[in-house]
Amino acid sequence: MPGSPNPPLWLLAEVTYRCPLHCVYCSNPVDYAKYGVELATDDWLRVLREGRELGATQLGFSGGEPLVRDDLEVLVAEARRLGYYSNLITSGIGLNERRIAALKDGGLDHIQLSFQDSTREINDFLSSTRTFELKRRIAKLIKQHDFPMVLNVVLHRLNIDHVGALLDLAVELEAEYVELANTQYYGWAYVNRGELLPSREQLQRAEEVVNRFRERVGNRMKIYFVVPDYHERRPKACMNGWGAVFLCLTADGLALPCHEARMLPGLEFPSVRDQSLRWIWYESPAFNRYRGDEWMKEPCRSCPEKAKDYGGCRCQAYLLTGDPANADPVCDKSPEHAIVTQAVERAEQARVAVATKPVLFFRDDQNSRTLSRERRREPVA
Amino acid sequence: MALADDTVFALARGFRFQWEPAQAAYVLLYPEGMVKLGSSAGEILKRINGTSAVSEIVADLERAFPGVALRQDVTEFLEHAREKGWIRAGQP
Repeated sequence: MPGSPNPPLWLLAEVTYRCPLHCVYCSNPVDYAKYGVELATDDWLRVLREGRELGATQLGFSGGEPLVRDDLEVLVAEARRLGYYSNLITSGIGLNERRIAALKDGGLDHIQLSFQDSTREINDFLSSTRTFELKRRIAKLIKQHDFPMVLNVVLHRLNIDHVGALLDLAVELEAEYVELANTQYYGWAYVNRGELLPSREQLQRAEEVVNRFRERVGNRMKIYFVVPDYHERRPKACMNGWGAVFLCLTADGLALPCHEARMLPGLEFPSVRDQSLRWIWYESPAFNRYRGDEWMKEPCRSCPEKAKDYGGCRCQAYLLTGDPANADPVCDKSPEHAIVTQAVERAEQARVAVATKPVLFFRDDQNSRTLSRERRREPVA
Repeated sequence: MALADDTVFALARGFRFQWEPAQAAYVLLYPEGMVKLGSSAGEILKRINGTSAVSEIVADLERAFPGVALRQDVTEFLEHAREKGWIRAGQP
């Protein structure tokens, strides 16, 4: 690894894997149910302090549903005292007048509220809960307490045709930011990929709707449209590089270079129970494993674009080709690019029809145990 | 549009301005992002407080960095910052 890495800037604290929702594209590990005891409040307080000492500025409280933890207010207040800019990434479930007032007093900076769709039917179907009306009420509560609000919607075949209505919903709820994030196919989303991957035509239409909306509202509302990488010919610069800016902390205390990395073979991710964050970031073998380009194979090694996209995503390379050091097969220079184009081809042929009851694995404890027993990693056909 | 001397700027809602020792720079923090500021941008934004007029900010900077006329640089940066949505005219 040439030179010394820059400090981590972005800390994501997945404070719990527990969640009242059962979203079919959840980014938590498919086998989350087998992971042990959550970090205690004091552990989190220490880790937040260590992260800030390293230079981290952005802090996301995520999960699972972070509001499941009743010490969230304590963590938020300490984050503010330390000088983080903090974000609560939430489904809204568990937020009420008392808690939001405490979060405001503690100095939480903004709130990212998820919706699964613009319609009650699909929102409630995809999360396997009755939460649509509740989320609308929570959005009002967030505005009443004067938080900047990011409306987040994960997009896929079953809701991408509703982006117009989703943007209208964002206007109605007075969101300042909208994140329309196409599903990234890891974790639960990978298992359910066959039912979630949108067609090219759907994607094109959605982009047109977003562009027209942008022209209409100008910079009154900021829209992030995250494209699905399966439809691209070059990979994303995942996390801006392995161990470059982003540090994810899991509910049970592992430190990861991205949300998904704990599935990678041959790496022992350090726990904040045993090691300081400084050692983890700068010294641990896991964080140094894919820094720089020494680890690369062809076609990445000699590729002029390797400094731009770092060979794409290690987790995707592993999921789709079995070796995390391979080129991300989203890249059309990858000898295994056909894996991606074939998945997209199948999506082109699939029918858009929630009515025909798609075969989906909802994220819940029982499915988690079943899937980890079967060690199932392949998408359902 | 020329920037009036008596315009008062405040940081936009949800933006925080602070010094970061690890980066040896002032930064602007906002939802989903951060801007690392150059030293002159940092010196200007440090003086944006919702009460000082542009003319006062220019005068203060010219006292701090004597010998240079700064009005044009300052107003250009403020226009840019407003365009970016970092600051807005009026009280905080």
